[in-house]
Amino acid sequence: MSQSQLGIVAESTPGEARVAGTPATVKQLVGLGYDVVVEAGAGAASSFTDEAYAEAGARVVGAEDAWRSAVVLKINAPTDAEIDRLAEGATLVSLLSPALRPELVEKLATRPITALAMDAVPRISRAQSMDVLSSMANIAGYRAVIEAAHEFGRFFTGQVTAAGKVPPAKVLVAGAGVAGLAAIGAASSLGAIVRATDPRPEVADQVKSIGGEYLEVVVAEEAKEVSSDGYAKATSEAYDARAAEIYSEQAADVDIIVTTALIPGRPAPRLITAADVAAMRPGSVIVDMAAAQGGNVEGSVAGEKVVTANGVTILGYTDLAGRLPTQASQLFGTNLVNLLKLLTPEKDGTLVLDMDDVVQRGVTVVRAGEKTWPPPPVQVSAAPAAPAAAAAPAVPEKAPTSPATLARRRYAAIAVGVLALFAVNATAPDPIPQHFTVLVLSVVIGYYVIGKVAHALHTPLMSVTNAISGIIVVGAMLQLSSDDTAVRALAFVAVLLASINVFGGFAVTRRMLSMFSKD
Amino acid sequence: MDALSISTAAYIVAALLFILSLAGLSKHETSRQGVVYGIAGMAIALVATFVVVADVAIDSDDALGVVLLVVAMVIGAVIGLWRARVVEMTGMPELIALLHSFVGLAAVLVGWNGHLEAPHYSGALADIHHAEVFIGVFIGAVTFTGSIVANLKLSAKIKSAPLVLPGKNLLNVGALVAFVVLTVWYVIDSELWLLVVVTVLALALGWHLVASIGGGDMPVVVSMLNSYSGWAAAAAGFLLSNDLLIVTGALVGSSGAYLSYIMCKAMNRSFLSVIAGGFGIEAGPAGDTDYGEHREIDAEGTAELLRNASSVVITPGYGMAVAQAQYPVADLTKKLRERGVDVRFGIHPVAGRLPGHMNVLLAEAKVPYDIVLEMDEINDDLAATSVVLVIGANDTVNPAATEDPSSPIAGMPVLTVWEAENVVVFKRSMAAGYAGVQNPLFFRENTQMLFGDAKDRVEDILRAL
Repeated sequence: MSQSQLGIVAESTPGEARVAGTPATVKQLVGLGYDVVVEAGAGAASSFTDEAYAEAGARVVGAEDAWRSAVVLKINAPTDAEIDRLAEGATLVSLLSPALRPELVEKLATRPITALAMDAVPRISRAQSMDVLSSMANIAGYRAVIEAAHEFGRFFTGQVTAAGKVPPAKVLVAGAGVAGLAAIGAASSLGAIVRATDPRPEVADQVKSIGGEYLEVVVAEEAKEVSSDGYAKATSEAYDARAAEIYSEQAADVDIIVTTALIPGRPAPRLITAADVAAMRPGSVIVDMAAAQGGNVEGSVAGEKVVTANGVTILGYTDLAGRLPTQASQLFGTNLVNLLKLLTPEKDGTLVLDMDDVVQRGVTVVRAGEKTWPPPPVQVSAAPAAPAAAAAPAVPEKAPTSPATLARRRYAAIAVGVLALFAVNATAPDPIPQHFTVLVLSVVIGYYVIGKVAHALHTPLMSVTNAISGIIVVGAMLQLSSDDTAVRALAFVAVLLASINVFGGFAVTRRMLSMFSKD
Repeated sequence: MDALSISTAAYIVAALLFILSLAGLSKHETSRQGVVYGIAGMAIALVATFVVVADVAIDSDDALGVVLLVVAMVIGAVIGLWRARVVEMTGMPELIALLHSFVGLAAVLVGWNGHLEAPHYSGALADIHHAEVFIGVFIGAVTFTGSIVANLKLSAKIKSAPLVLPGKNLLNVGALVAFVVLTVWYVIDSELWLLVVVTVLALALGWHLVASIGGGDMPVVVSMLNSYSGWAAAAAGFLLSNDLLIVTGALVGSSGAYLSYIMCKAMNRSFLSVIAGGFGIEAGPAGDTDYGEHREIDAEGTAELLRNASSVVITPGYGMAVAQAQYPVADLTKKLRERGVDVRFGIHPVAGRLPGHMNVLLAEAKVPYDIVLEMDEINDDLAATSVVLVIGANDTVNPAATEDPSSPIAGMPVLTVWEAENVVVFKRSMAAGYAGVQNPLFFRENTQMLFGDAKDRVEDILRAL
């Protein structure tokens, strides 16, 4: 086994169709300097053939060889037997759910290996490209709607046909996280009327942006005031009560419900009661995406399809992302590549863990046989703000000028200008006052005429005014009538120069404007 | 009805047409009519003046004036039309700056002629005439050298960094004071050498004014010079007692000044300090702050991002013009739009080296103008945008302007691209922008850098798509 061997192994979990690497990600891994090996048949369920992997630069090997790699990539957490197959000093990267499965962490720590949990990537923007929870939730949300459509005996979109009118389906999505938003997007693009709930009012815009309608849980004013007095529990109860009302109202109205509510480290909140389900019309479908964590819907069974007495189908599938294996593998694989990019700074196939980096520290569950879970909480980088704040007072700020002073100054300036104009015109002989009349009126006209010019036309406008300012050619032309040779010579040059301006300016403007098009 | 009354009537018509021309150019729908009005006005003015000149020639039996006129005009027209045909759209700012310099020089020459061929005025009228000559020459000369410097800076023939002479504000004010003193002197005693001195003084002032302004502020400068060239024409109108020149000059002067004012507001600059050429005098860039590491992305990665994006905003800057990347960018836009991606452009008011520079380039590449939006129109949507492509822009997307009060560009409105989900910055290297300010955007967690020539990189992305 070489130090840079990286193995992609087949999944042993029954029903798992995904694989931790695809031909596309293999290529990138090879680019990072790794000697990539793929267990024979690992990608079969995701429609990636062994030949495709080989073409991408991987060696297709048996399970034993793949597991003996220095770095092993996997989707699901390994079984005890699989942990024992890892070589000494190897690094395992997969989903581990360390918070929920302490016994797995203990087991991993009994071997001299390093284990990185893909589901422990801190949720900061830098690490977004490695966040498998987001990428999988996105797929699962889409698939949830597709599964619902499959069970639902009607169109999603409304139609008016010769055979009668078909009303659109109404979909309620509970929880507008990544999965919820994906579900809203999928359902609304199928033509359904989509409504969404979420305790965070800030998601309202996101819901709207992908075609959903946000149902706000409006809690009565008194309840809010109570909360400000410290009765947090009371507000929460008032909120829950109002939310429950909304769910009951909606259950009676909608055809499809997709629930995505999850609270980290706790069982999923119960949103839809048995009574709500009973109130739904026969043929309605509920997809409980939180079924694995206890379910948002009373009566849902993890991994199963349940049909209630009143003909409502409740889907508790837990492998929604895996039901789109090709794409799920691709996204998961890309998340892995992004993590490995961070871990392989030299691109030489050597994995280096920098425990000072929050992302790398966060994912490391076991390091060389030593338990490193849980990581310290992610520090919000407040440090850079401090020097700026310190520097700000040092900059001497100009004393702000009060609006009143400004207005006084403006009046003074205008008065001076008007007086000067008056003085000039009162004392100047003809035809100066006439000229000033013309000048002043033209200035005002010029100001107003271009007052609302579109920004895009600034350049054409400028080149036209430039061409027009070539009007000085008229003055030079008139001077050509002079008898003085010197004057004539100068006027000749002036006419020539100004003509370049006039003709060039108009021609270039025409060229520019002919390019502006609108489709 | 003699030649003079014909010309007067024609001038009024021409002035009206010029007003209509400017009004027409304020809107896309009427912009082409606007140019037609402008050309018609100019043609009427030229024909009427020709009639006057020809009339004088017939009276005095001296055809030389007419011959000179025709020759000069034909040469000028040929040069002008040729330049306009061959100019690259990216070279537009330089050309316009150069054209301004011609107006400036013509105004100087007209002013000199005003001295050489002084009409026989007496008393106050003579004094006023002298003052007019002086003012006309002064404005013309400032416009001339200022435009030459702007042209050189824009075409990168001289360094675009601001020239900082010791006591530069004093130099500017001193030149103005000297001008006033010289004017008074000249009014009292109209000697030719005074005119030479003021011409040299104004030439030097024009040079210094624009040389002390950094290349990044050139859009405002070009617009300001446009305004100056208008005032130069108006001054010539006073000198020659010609209302058409006054009207047209004042129109150009005031509209140009207003345009500069709009731009100054967009850059949060003081209008007065621009006219005085005194801006860019703020303290140098803030100390070296460690912003952390930037991340790189390759063309394929960008293509991947774009493929999965629902909305894309492209914010081009001068770098796009330099790399001539507008055509591949337009292709990219078309391709993405065909895939149903919502592509729009966000244009900062001072992107490029000329107001509206980016719009012209994008229009040249046939990007429909209704997806090209202004900063204010797009800024609110940026937070809901999947990918922002920053192509050759730097200072106009710098978060320091809103977040760091000690930054030299603090307070300048910028495109808030960093609010988008992903930002890809196309850039040659990590060098600072025109303002010489480091850009913290490059070190943001949602920003990735795509290094290399913008055109090549965009073409790579097109291939990857």
